[in-house]
Amino acid sequence: MTAAALPAPRQRGGALSGLSSFLHGRPGLLLALLLAPPLVWLGIIYLGSLFTLLAHSFFGLDEFSGVMVREVTLDTWKEFFGNASNGDVVLRSALMAAAVTAADALIAFPLAYFMVRFAGIRTRGLLYLAVMLPLWSSYLVRVYAWKLILAKEGIVSWFAQQLHLGWLLEAVLEIPVVGGPSLSTSYIGTFIVFSYIWLPFMILPIVAALERVPGSVIEASGDLGADAGQTFRKVILPLAFPGVVAGSIFTFSLTLGDYIIPSIIGKSTPFLGETVFRLQGTAGNIPMAAAFTVVPVVVMGVYLMVAKRLGAFDAL
Amino acid sequence: MTAAGVPAVAFEGVTRRFGDVLAVDDVSFSIADGEFFSMLGPSGSGKTTCLRLVAGFEQPGSGHIRIHGVNVEGVPPYRRDVNTVFQDYALFPHMTVGGNIEYGLMIRKVPAAERRRRAEEMLALVKLDGLYARKPGQLSGGQRQRVALARALINQPRVLLLDEPLGALDLKLREAMQAELKAIQRQVGITFVYVTHDQGEALSMSDRLAVFNRGRIEQIGSPAEVYDHPATPFVAGFVGQTNLLEGYLAQRLGGFPATYAVRPERIRIVAPDADVPSGFASIDGKVASVTYLGANSRVEVDADGGMLAVVEQNVDGGASVAGRVPGAVVRLVVDRRHIQAVSASR
Repeated sequence: MTAAALPAPRQRGGALSGLSSFLHGRPGLLLALLLAPPLVWLGIIYLGSLFTLLAHSFFGLDEFSGVMVREVTLDTWKEFFGNASNGDVVLRSALMAAAVTAADALIAFPLAYFMVRFAGIRTRGLLYLAVMLPLWSSYLVRVYAWKLILAKEGIVSWFAQQLHLGWLLEAVLEIPVVGGPSLSTSYIGTFIVFSYIWLPFMILPIVAALERVPGSVIEASGDLGADAGQTFRKVILPLAFPGVVAGSIFTFSLTLGDYIIPSIIGKSTPFLGETVFRLQGTAGNIPMAAAFTVVPVVVMGVYLMVAKRLGAFDAL
Repeated sequence: MTAAGVPAVAFEGVTRRFGDVLAVDDVSFSIADGEFFSMLGPSGSGKTTCLRLVAGFEQPGSGHIRIHGVNVEGVPPYRRDVNTVFQDYALFPHMTVGGNIEYGLMIRKVPAAERRRRAEEMLALVKLDGLYARKPGQLSGGQRQRVALARALINQPRVLLLDEPLGALDLKLREAMQAELKAIQRQVGITFVYVTHDQGEALSMSDRLAVFNRGRIEQIGSPAEVYDHPATPFVAGFVGQTNLLEGYLAQRLGGFPATYAVRPERIRIVAPDADVPSGFASIDGKVASVTYLGANSRVEVDADGGMLAVVEQNVDGGASVAGRVPGAVVRLVVDRRHIQAVSASR
């Protein structure tokens, strides 16, 4: 064979090629370039705005003009803690978030368990679709749909009448505090809609956690003498618990911060999100709005610490 | 069956289907109490399904399974007096080594102090003293395997099922564990049912073994019986290496146009003009290739009518033996007793 028969090595010119070979020898620089945009986003835009928010709660309002004064003061926080109704707002929101989280966990776990352990490939795909589908439609549309479902002359009360269970619905609405004139104007209604809206965010992490539990571990438990209930309590639940905690972080924080659902469905008493919305919007009290926004951040911080204490992140 | 009486495990015409696949096809056999019994076969041959049928993770489509004489039809795994060592060990990742080993006792509400004492005993048995408080994630593969063994043995099952327990270990560790498993079996004196696809493992550890192929048992016997007298061409090929003789070669060496099996190490290479001892068959040929394997060499000989593999011990050392070069004319002799007629595979 002659040398002429060999194709000449292809020359690839251009700046891109030069850049590529320049970066090839410097993996550190390449990594830095790739990480820079997300780090800038997270560090400056995300954490920066959170910090600005915190800082605003240490500013005050001018008594007469209602304009924010950029001077560090504890006046806003004194006012925040001085008004007992603020505590009610926080407590009401936290209780609602806790109730919604508990309900979602109770509904999601059996469904997730069925999807992972029992459903065939087709059924599983359909269930995934059923869980995800509501997320593709507008949140507002779904909330207004629920208003019709829960209204005084709505679908639920109509069904209750047809089944001669009107008295039961009345009895439920008679319950002090959580009841009301109709489902759509009671805490029960708010609770139902919150639980519905955030349910997918509980199901998906639990499914992911259950999928990571090997079938052989469950068989081993049975092999060692544990019946289905014991296997569930000693093996499956502890191994899937991180998924429940992950889901609860979603449901709890989303409920805590939401301002649309409680303004459409439920009593007129305000929740955290609504209060922030009113303070920064109509009231124009940015420092107080910031103070209220700090609350869910602190609550979630405590929540995550408790979750860590419970060992929820050990198995991750 | 032996005088010991009731077999530890008995299969009577057991069939198990998965959809269209016949995983276990009308299988009958029994395992004596205290026996080390291996189920050997390629993947998909039905051996693991048979083990899972004993454990109770699968139910037979038809036929019966008896464990110590009791029909276990419909009995769930947690009510069977058997324990399993899983292929992937299946340790509980959220529990310590001690928690894993004590699991069976905890379920049976044995007091904590006694559980702890027995777990420490088990850790000593599997040579893991001092690892009680570790988590499975902190252990090596070999150590996890021992924990799985201890976790099963602490329940004092009458039958221990082992599903390819050494499959994930490297060669050295596997060989060490084989000897240790056999020693532990002698020490605790219970029936071991051992599933493996490794014929060397099955031959070295078992009292008896069953060779599985396509959901059926091709042969059951002691390792020597199965190796020396393979019942079918499949067994001859799967357990050890073999020369299958058919057609002209079969006629020439075996005397009939049937199928015969000859182990490569049973054939001797002699000089082309050497005398053939009485009782020996012989055939001439040319060396086609020589493969040096350390302890021995494999010589492929192109004989009349086909290739024959011969394995020779490298007694004198060196990378090649004089006269074992491709093209050399040689005579092969083999004792007629080592030419085994094998029936056609089902």
